This record gives sequence, structure tokens and C-alpha cells, in this order.
Amino acid sequence: MDSRKGELIRITTLLVSIVVFVLSLPLYFNFNAHAYEMQFVEKLPWIPSFGIHYHVGIDGISLFLILLTTFLMPVSILASWHITKHIKEYMIAMLVLETGMVGVFASLDLFLFYVYWELMLIPMYLLIGIWGGPRRIYAAVKFFIYTMTGSVFMLLAIIALYFLNHRATGEYTFNLLEFYRLELSFAVQFWLFLAFAFAFAIKVPMFPFHTWLPDAHVEAPTAGSVILAGVLLKMGTYGFVRFCLPLFPEASHVFIPVISWMAIVGIIYGALVSMVQDDLKKLVAYSSVSHLGFVMLGIFAFNIQGIEGGITQMINHGLSTGALFLVVGMLYERRHTRMIADFGGLTKRMPVFATLFLIITLSSIGLPGLNGFVGEFLILLGAFRSRILYASIATSGIILAAVYMLWMFQRVMFHEIIHEENKTLKDVSKREFAILIPLIMIIFWIGIYPNPFLRKMDASVNHLLKQTGEKAQTVSNLQTQNTAVIPKIDIVSETKAEW
Amino acid sequence: MTPVSIMTFNILSILPILILSGFGMIVLFVDIFSSRRWGEKNLLAYVSLLGVVLAAIFGRSPTGTTLFSFNETFTIDNYSLFFNFIFLLSTGLTILISHSYIRREEINHGEYYALILFSTIGMMLMASGADLLSIYIGLEVMSVSIYILTGFKRSKLISNEASLKYFLLGAFATGFLLYGISLIYGSTGAINLKQIASFIAGRGGIPDPVLLMGMGLIIIGLGFKVASVPFHTWVPDVYEGAPTAITAFMSVGPKAAGFAAFLRIFMTAFGSTHGEWQKIIYVLAILTMTIGNVIAIAQTNIKRMLAYSSIAHAGYLLIALVAANNMGISGTLFYLLAYTFMNIGAFAIVIVLSRKGDECLQINDYAGLGFKHPFLAIAMTLFMFSMAGVPPMAGFVGKFYIFSAAIKSGYIGLAVIGVINSVISVYYYLRITVIMYMKEPTRDFHPLTISPLIVVAIIISMIGTLHLGIFPSKVMEIAQQATLILK
Repeated sequence: MDSRKGELIRITTLLVSIVVFVLSLPLYFNFNAHAYEMQFVEKLPWIPSFGIHYHVGIDGISLFLILLTTFLMPVSILASWHITKHIKEYMIAMLVLETGMVGVFASLDLFLFYVYWELMLIPMYLLIGIWGGPRRIYAAVKFFIYTMTGSVFMLLAIIALYFLNHRATGEYTFNLLEFYRLELSFAVQFWLFLAFAFAFAIKVPMFPFHTWLPDAHVEAPTAGSVILAGVLLKMGTYGFVRFCLPLFPEASHVFIPVISWMAIVGIIYGALVSMVQDDLKKLVAYSSVSHLGFVMLGIFAFNIQGIEGGITQMINHGLSTGALFLVVGMLYERRHTRMIADFGGLTKRMPVFATLFLIITLSSIGLPGLNGFVGEFLILLGAFRSRILYASIATSGIILAAVYMLWMFQRVMFHEIIHEENKTLKDVSKREFAILIPLIMIIFWIGIYPNPFLRKMDASVNHLLKQTGEKAQTVSNLQTQNTAVIPKIDIVSETKAEW
Repeated sequence: MTPVSIMTFNILSILPILILSGFGMIVLFVDIFSSRRWGEKNLLAYVSLLGVVLAAIFGRSPTGTTLFSFNETFTIDNYSLFFNFIFLLSTGLTILISHSYIRREEINHGEYYALILFSTIGMMLMASGADLLSIYIGLEVMSVSIYILTGFKRSKLISNEASLKYFLLGAFATGFLLYGISLIYGSTGAINLKQIASFIAGRGGIPDPVLLMGMGLIIIGLGFKVASVPFHTWVPDVYEGAPTAITAFMSVGPKAAGFAAFLRIFMTAFGSTHGEWQKIIYVLAILTMTIGNVIAIAQTNIKRMLAYSSIAHAGYLLIALVAANNMGISGTLFYLLAYTFMNIGAFAIVIVLSRKGDECLQINDYAGLGFKHPFLAIAMTLFMFSMAGVPPMAGFVGKFYIFSAAIKSGYIGLAVIGVINSVISVYYYLRITVIMYMKEPTRDFHPLTISPLIVVAIIISMIGTLHLGIFPSKVMEIAQQATLILK
């Protein structure tokens, strides 16, 4: 393919993604912050014989995740300028990926949700497998099979909900809002929660289901890593908030200790493993495990601070870690290595780059005044309110984050230049500057004045808590006697419908 | 015995069968009187296609009506019409993909098309048979034609071996089937499905041991045809040895016909004894899925891989039979239609990429295809993802349908095993795309001669796979109507 045609493809895709971003902005401005109901709802029959609809809508929880997706897309495409191999297919994959991601966050029909959830696997798999690093095939297949394994169980749970709902209301539908009204027995909730949580825990990824993540991150091209960290992982945490909590409130309460400990182990383990990495990308990948642990801890604190902090931290992690991957990608393009030992003293050659990199690093650590602080602070506030022990242990994760990030920054950017190759490095180009600056602006914005973000979530999060709280209270005494025993499966009798 | 009255001899009910027989004869005649020049042989493909199209047009009867003829041995209802459509579709697609293939392999004889048409007649008889004997006759007509077609590459040892294996084992299986039929006749005094049902109902739904044995033997006979474990051992060798176009045909048509008979016999005649046979099918379904999928992983030859995948798909379909509810039956119909598109599509790609003498069938030969022949690679990717059950392809909706049926009837465990198998299958389907897109080519792709007919077949398959995946609604409704008959 000649370069002019390639250039045209790049610019077209960039324009398309920018237009999509601009078109998504009215969602923010026209969003009614006082209503918890779904907004911008569209509902069209799709497969009427099964009661399946094309049903989309957003609330304060999905709003920012959609905006994050549409925002990161042009950034990622701009960061893919160096891709020369099969540029057309690459850009097609990126755009299909965007469709899938936005679809996941907007779907209110569980069948539609599942279709988008799986649809987005294919382009990501191709992105890693075709344009990735040396072990790309292993990483791509692992990514695909891991996610698929989790999601098929979710599919069964979705089908079970479908029949349970029919038994209760006599109506065949996959409408999530209808499912919210279901009163499920604890045993059913228990198993359905497990099926959903399994899919989401793999996606987050929570310890011990995280092993696909370092491989996928390290082998993916820069833009793939950005999208993976920025958006795909959020689907897992989003799933917990959107499905597990309101659909299975009692089960969610029962699982608080399990999920919280998994999150805490993830926080500490991710941080410790990050510390010993000598590959920049691997370091950032493991830091994701740690950061997402915080998000999960916040969500399972079951109070407004925790959940809002969790959602804010999803956005923050998307911005900071996305930016970190971009920075690592820029270094890799210059030196074709990601080993920390191959760098050192870059500040002297690349002062502008050093400044930007430092801001991003600090944002990832959670320095007050930058976005990371807001999220982590809220999460810990929420966690302290519900269980002091969890919060105390998790706080050590923040210290560890400072250790591994700052140590990494020091080794890469400070000291004397010891490698000849590093003496000729160029500072950021205009394109690279244009990639990082929007991210850094938002990092500051959320850090200094987070209110416009938080206020839009209030109504939805409060409603979510009401949903989970009210339903959970009805069996709160049931909960104590059921924590120790695994309930017997009786979905069989519950779903068995007449012929 | 009541004498056959002329009133029950309804010629309209067998019109598609008559058309296909007529065209089969025409093909044979034209073949005799045409010279050995290739040009005139090409004509035969078009004549056969015309026959298939005419049969499809005249085979349509007003929906909702049920027509019995030949003394209630033969019935045309929505159920058989749906299956007839699947058979004609697979036959049509097979003719499209055969045209260039049999020229390349130099097996361009007129009988080829005639036999395909005749076996289609057998399938139609199986789907329309209202008693055990007409189903049996249909099965024989279908099988004998396919035994011959399997060995059509006369000069190739592997083709002969496949044919002989299929014939010998197939003869055994039909023996079992016939034995089963006679036991059932002995026990109930009837071969008509409705009469068997009312006999069992008259006995309070409790079958006697002879009837149970008959049912077991029928499961063996039909299990062989649909390639269910443990009656699957012929599948890999026969699929590998048969001409590729026939492998495509065999993996779709006879399997669909087998399930057509399976469902009709077990739902109509043995519906009330569901508890008796459902345990056997339950075990067969698990074995078939698991063994098919696990062995498929180890295959290096694409035809063998697709053979094991075909076994696995039979396993998923058996889940629907275990569930034995409306959703399961209509799910089977939907799944078989989806499977027709994706499987024939996949084999069409295999044909395009192979060389004379069926070379280049190793999966590794596909390395680097992705960017050398983007159209073929995209089509293959589509079919593979569809078979793996990834949305928005037809295969996903089919699996969703069947697992829903299982959960509806309360077979959660079976559904769980089904989805685990589905994940196992992802591995080997994904490997094809890995090799096509992510590996460097190991060989030069010889200049491919792609005939327009095979391209048409591939495009039809792609459209079908996507359409059933994205807009399944219409077909689902038709499939649901078709199942009302069996109750």
C-alpha cells in the first residue's frame, strides 16, 4: 500500500473518531443530573419472538464510561500513526472495537449486552494477534479464551434470569430494568451472582484471574494497550455495578468479604509484582491489577463514597494508565526497547517529555491536585466507613504505588545517561504533544474540580444503593445463616417451566 | 389392511420429490448422449441447479396445513417443509461448490449430480415420513447414493477406503435401525408414528422391554447417521477420504435428515416416554460434544478437524433433543439451517485453497492467507467464529437457542457442559484465524482459479451466516411454527 493511501485511511479514521467524540458530548451537557432513570433511551424490537430489543440508555454510571471510550479512541488512533502494516484492517478493527465498547456500556437489554460484550473480543484479539509483539499469538489466544470462558457462564445466567422473569411476570423479556424488579430467592441469587461475577472478575481482572492481563498488555500495540487498560478492564467493574449489585443484592452482600479480600490481595500483589518488573509495560500492566483492586474495594463498600469513588477511579485509571502506556509507547518507538535498564537520564535530552511523564506518573500515584487522588480518597473514605480493617490494609497499596512508580521514573528519567543511544533522543513531536495534552488537561480538571463529574453520578448511585439496600434488608437475617453454607442448587426446579 | 384408495394418493404432496427425480433422470440421459467434452458436462450442473430451484418453488405449500398422503405414510407439514428447505439449500450449495471441484479432480461424470439429487430425495422422505418404514426407505435412498459419492474418486485409494468403510458400517447401522423398527412393530403392532404414540398412551405411557429395546436400536441407527459418539468412528476417515464437495454435503444434509427423523420419531411416537430415552440421549450428548471437541484440537488436517467439529455440533443438537420442548425443536431447526451455511461455506474455502489431488489440506498451509486473499480469509474467519458461537454470527444464535431450551427444561448441568465445550471449541476454530492472519506464509499461494459459481456459494453462505446472526427473528418464527406439528 502506498503511503498516501495509508495517510488517507489514518486521517479518515481519526476524523470519524473525533466526530463520534463530538457527538457524544451532548450526552454530558444534556444529561439530567437529578434523575436516576435511564436517559436518552432508544428501544426498538429486534427479535420479538424472544422478547429481545435493541434497548439502550445511559445513567450517571455509564455516562462517563461512554465519554471515556469516545475520548480515548481518537487519542489511540493518533497514537497508531506509526502502524504501517495492514493499516486498513487495523483501523477497521479499532472502529469495530469502539462500537462494541460503547454498546456494552449503553445496553439495557441483556442479550444485546452479551452480543456487544463478545463482539468486542474479535477486534481486540486481532489487534493483539496481528500487530502485537513477539509473543502476540500466545497473548491473543489467551486473552480470547480467558474472556470467553467467563462470559459463557454469564450467558447461562442471563438465560436463567430470562426464564425466572417469565415465571414471575409471565413476560418473555431480556429487559434489564424489568429484571431489577425480580425478587429472587437467596440460593438463586447466589449461583447467578457467581456466574456473572466470574465473567466480570476475569475482565477486571481480579486476583487470581489476572494472568491474561500482563501477556495481553505487553504484546498489544500501544493503542491496544491504551484501550485495553482504559476501557476494556472497566467493563468488568462496570458489570459489577450494573448487574451484580442491583440484580443480586443479598448475594452481593454475602460476597463482600470474598470480593474485598480478592481486591486487597490484588492491590498488594499487583503493587509488589510491579516493583520488581524490569519491563516498563509489564510494570504498568501489573499496576493496573493494583488500581482495579481499589475500584472493586470501593464498589463493595456499599456506600455512596465508595461507589462514586470506584466509578471516578475507573475514569482516572483509564486516563492515567492510558497515558502511561502512551508514554511507554513513545519511548519504545525511539529506542525499540522497554527495559528500564536501557534508559536513564532522559530528562536531559527530553525535558518536555519528562514534565509530561512526571505529571502522569504522579496522577497514577494519586497526588492531591491530580485526578488519582480524588478517586482513591473517596474509595478509602467509603471503605473506612464500612470496614476499617480492609481500608487499613488497602492504604498500604498507595504507599507501594508511590514506591514502584517513583522508582521507575527515577531509573528511566534521572541519573547520568549511560547508554550511547540515549544521547541522541528527540523530545516529543507535535503529534505526541497533541496526544498527551488533552489527557493531562482532564487529569488536572478532575483533580482540582471533580464536582461536575461527581454530581452527575449522585442520583444514579443513590438509586443503586437504594435498590441494593432495600432488597438486601428483606433477607438480612437470612444472610447470617447462609454465609457459611453454600446453598443447594434449586434453579432446576425454579426454572422448570411447563411444556 | 385397507386397500390403497386413490384419494390418499396426493400427487401434489410429493411434487418436489418428483421434480428432483425427473431432473436426476434428465441428468443421466444428457450425460449418456453428451460427448466427453467438458463444456457439455458443465451443462449438467446448471440442469441440476434448475431442478433444485424448481423443487424449492413447487415444494412450497400453504403454511399451517398438514397434508397426509399414501395412506398416511407420508406427510407434508411445516416441519418437513422447513427441513426440505435445508436439504434443497445444502444441495444447491453443494452443486455450486462441486462444479469446479469435480473438473479439477477429473471426476466430472454426470452421475455425480444425479446421485446428489437422489440422495436429496432420500432426505426429504426421511423428514416427511409419517411411519417408520418410509423413514427407513428414505434413509436407504439417501445413504446408498452417498456411499457411491464418497468413493467417487475411483483412482484414489483413500476415497475407496472411505467408501467401503462408510458402506460397511452404514449397513450395520441400518441393520440396527431395521431391527429396532421390527421390535417396535412387534411390541405395538404399528409402524405409523401416531398409532405407536396412541398405543403407548393406551398403556398408560409405560413401555414394555421390547419397545424399549426397539427405541435403543433406533437411537443407534440414527445416532450413526448424525455422527454421535460412540457411533462416530467412521466420520473422520470418511470425511477425509470423500471428495471435499461431498464431505461438505455429507456433513450437512444427512445430518439434518438424521435429526429430522430423530425428532419426529421421538417427539411424535415416543413423546410420552420421554423419561426413558432422555437419559440415554443425555449421556450421548455429553460424550459427543466432549469427544468431538477435544479430539478436534489435535487435528492438523482441516478436513479431519471439520469432521470432529461436525461430531461436536451433533452433540449440541442432542442437547436440544434431551430438552424436548418447543424451544429445543425449533432451536434444532434453526441450528441446522445456520450450520448449513457456515459449514458448507467453510468447505467451499477449503476447496478453493486446495490443489488437484486434494493437496494443501494441512491447517498450516493456510499461513499468511489473511492478507494474500482477504476475501477468502474474511469469509473463513466469519464461518469459524460462527461455529465457535461468537456473536453476531448465526452459530451464536443457534447455540443460544439450544442452551435456552436446556435451561427451560431444567437441564442446567447439561447447559454448563455445553458452554464449556463451546469454549474448548473456540481454541481450534481460533487457530485457523491465528494461522491465516498471524503466521507468515510457509508456501506460495499458487494462482487460484476461482470459478464464479463457488464465489456465489461463498457469498450466499456469508450472507446466511450474518443474516441469521443479526436478524434471526423471521426464521425463528417459521421454525417455531414448524414445531407445533410434532406435539
